[in-house]
Amino acid sequence: MEHRLLEATRISKRFGSHQALDNVSLSVRRGSVYGLLGPNGAGKTTLIRIVNQITGPDSGEILFNGRRLTLSDTTNVGYLPEERGLYKKMKVGEHLIYLARLKGLTRNEAVKRMKFWFKRLDIGEWHNKKIEELSKGMQQKAQFISTVIHNPSLLIFDEPFSGFDPVNAGIIKGEILRLRDEGATVIFSTHNMSSVEELCSEITLIDKAKTILEGDVGEIRNRWAGDEYELLLEGSPDLDDNNIFSITSKKRENGNLRVAMTASDGVTTNDILGTVARSAMIISFNRSLPSMNDIFIRVVESKGNKTANTAQRDE
Amino acid sequence: MSKISVIIQREYISRVRKRSFIIMTILTPLLIVAIVTIPVLIATTSTERERTIAVIEDGSDLFRTVFPEDGATKFEYLENVRLADIKEEFSEAGYYGILHLSPVIATVPSGAQLITKKQPPIGVVDQINRILEQEIERQKLLSYDIENLEQILRSVRTRVSVQTILIDETGVTRESRTEISMALAYIFGFLMYMLVLVFGSQVMRGVIEEKTSRVVEVIVSSVKPVQLMMGKIVGIGMVGVTQFMLWISIIVLFVVVGAQFLNSSGVMESLYESAPSNIMEVAEQARQESEADVAQPAVAPGIASLLRNLLSVDWIGTLALFLFYFLTGYLLYASIFAAIGSAVDNETDTQQFMIPVTIPIMLGLFVMLATLQDPESPLTFWFSMIPLTSPIVMMARVPFGVPGWELALSMVLMVGNFLLFVWLAAKIYRTGILMYGKKSSYRELWRWMRYK
Repeated sequence: MEHRLLEATRISKRFGSHQALDNVSLSVRRGSVYGLLGPNGAGKTTLIRIVNQITGPDSGEILFNGRRLTLSDTTNVGYLPEERGLYKKMKVGEHLIYLARLKGLTRNEAVKRMKFWFKRLDIGEWHNKKIEELSKGMQQKAQFISTVIHNPSLLIFDEPFSGFDPVNAGIIKGEILRLRDEGATVIFSTHNMSSVEELCSEITLIDKAKTILEGDVGEIRNRWAGDEYELLLEGSPDLDDNNIFSITSKKRENGNLRVAMTASDGVTTNDILGTVARSAMIISFNRSLPSMNDIFIRVVESKGNKTANTAQRDE
Repeated sequence: MSKISVIIQREYISRVRKRSFIIMTILTPLLIVAIVTIPVLIATTSTERERTIAVIEDGSDLFRTVFPEDGATKFEYLENVRLADIKEEFSEAGYYGILHLSPVIATVPSGAQLITKKQPPIGVVDQINRILEQEIERQKLLSYDIENLEQILRSVRTRVSVQTILIDETGVTRESRTEISMALAYIFGFLMYMLVLVFGSQVMRGVIEEKTSRVVEVIVSSVKPVQLMMGKIVGIGMVGVTQFMLWISIIVLFVVVGAQFLNSSGVMESLYESAPSNIMEVAEQARQESEADVAQPAVAPGIASLLRNLLSVDWIGTLALFLFYFLTGYLLYASIFAAIGSAVDNETDTQQFMIPVTIPIMLGLFVMLATLQDPESPLTFWFSMIPLTSPIVMMARVPFGVPGWELALSMVLMVGNFLLFVWLAAKIYRTGILMYGKKSSYRELWRWMRYK
């Protein structure tokens, strides 16, 4: 079995004078949740549309299941666009069956799958309601079902949690993870970085049509970790700035003290531990990892995006 | 089942099920039947407004007996009344107007005046003119003291009604009536215009609906944009054909049932003998009545002759042609409409792109009207060849007879061009449906057409 479900190589796309994608590559491991990140207008939607074969790339190649992507593969892809909607005048049941049939299901299969999902999300009573009669959140649920009803092996979600209250967002998140556990591969595009940390194993960050950061989420956070450390110390020891580190915050926590610090240049962890151990009892010691949010902002804001790019190439 | 047929099904069923479709299907033939029959009914039940006109003559009584005292417009000859006496209060006295005749009327055309409060209908004025002319003519002739004048006049009176016979290449002749051809040409041309516009703009609205509701992105992740566009166009086109077929069936049903009813009650014959269906026939009838004593019995445009003429029309062929031109014309315009719909964000933005639709369609309509006057003119010929106008203009030509090769050429051009338009529209469409918030221009559309 092919290790990679989707392999996009050096995809470029230009609209008139606007370069939407410039040699972007994407390699999505089967059964993973892959984050596709980037500021607005970076080219994410264009890339997603190309994977969905809504538009074609000017150059580059896409392999799906190890074969060249063809039109028949659309039945194996489920897509929830960021800007989404349904026919307002159609009834929920009819609408879901319609979209499922466009994905290649027969009417009977579609009805069966729809009933399964109605039960699963507990919304069977909407079957005969028109889309326009549903609340925004309900419409989103119907739209979610339309994305997954044909059991696709690749699911592409663009901001899937927008429009959901926290309870329903949790339900949808659970469903996405369940689908992944059952073997589906997920491409997940969002600006919500905490959900990236929570769900994604790998990411690609696109800015201004180019890939500026990619790889395993844990590995990226480690790579971007600076000289910040976090310690939990017993009691309330006396600890002050010195030539080894400077303390950025102190916080009491259940009778202990949580200390955040920045190490000075050329200092090793042993130097820090040695210094602290002289005056306090250490309960835990971590290098503090930057959040994906920080990394996103730093990478995108860093003036010459090139530096980030080359730094990453060097690895 | 292929995806495009799933789309066609949705487009078709969602529209045919609508209440507005059912209402239009039933109402339109009723409306057509009403337009045809109501004037007849009005004329027969003489619910027409009755008018009484006072006739006053200065200093003589030459016209005492010539004005009819019954009919839709009655005349009352007032003796020894002067104009000044009743000029002020004639409407209080129940008169519609005063016809004032001066003695110089025999020599001066303006010697008669009709005084009314409101603008009198042209039919009334015509009727008065005719009565006066005939009477003055008669009295002038009388003054020559010719012997047997009445007899001479009667034998001189002639009536001609040219019968037109069409002959085709094989020598088969059939009776024809230009009026019927004109009426059919007008109906076909106008109906074509209506249908293409109504169903074409439904395509546009459908595309805009998909775009603004954003459902389009989900759908084009399953099917190619061109499949969605063609599915919509074909689905709505089938709605159009369905509606047209239903109209034809309902009208045929009406005609058959109506004919049965009229035949059995014997109303039909009397209707056509006595019932004028419009103002011109009122005038015609009035003329015939006033001549009744001198002319031979008038040959009324009997129902038999009318029916014969209507039946001599090649209905199957004509309707088949209509269907062809509707389908190709609709496909052509619908693809333009689809492209327009894809290029805008809402319906109010469509105005700037409507010119390519409205200009040719209006031209088609104008040339169609000119065709009624002269079906053989070069203008008509060329516009029945140009694909954007040919559905309307050619359908107006068909009732007059069109040479086979012209028809064939026009049809070939039509098919070739609708393919071209569909192809170009698809190129605009697939880019346009995914563009939001951007004011598009013709230049923009031209760029979209050239995207790979």
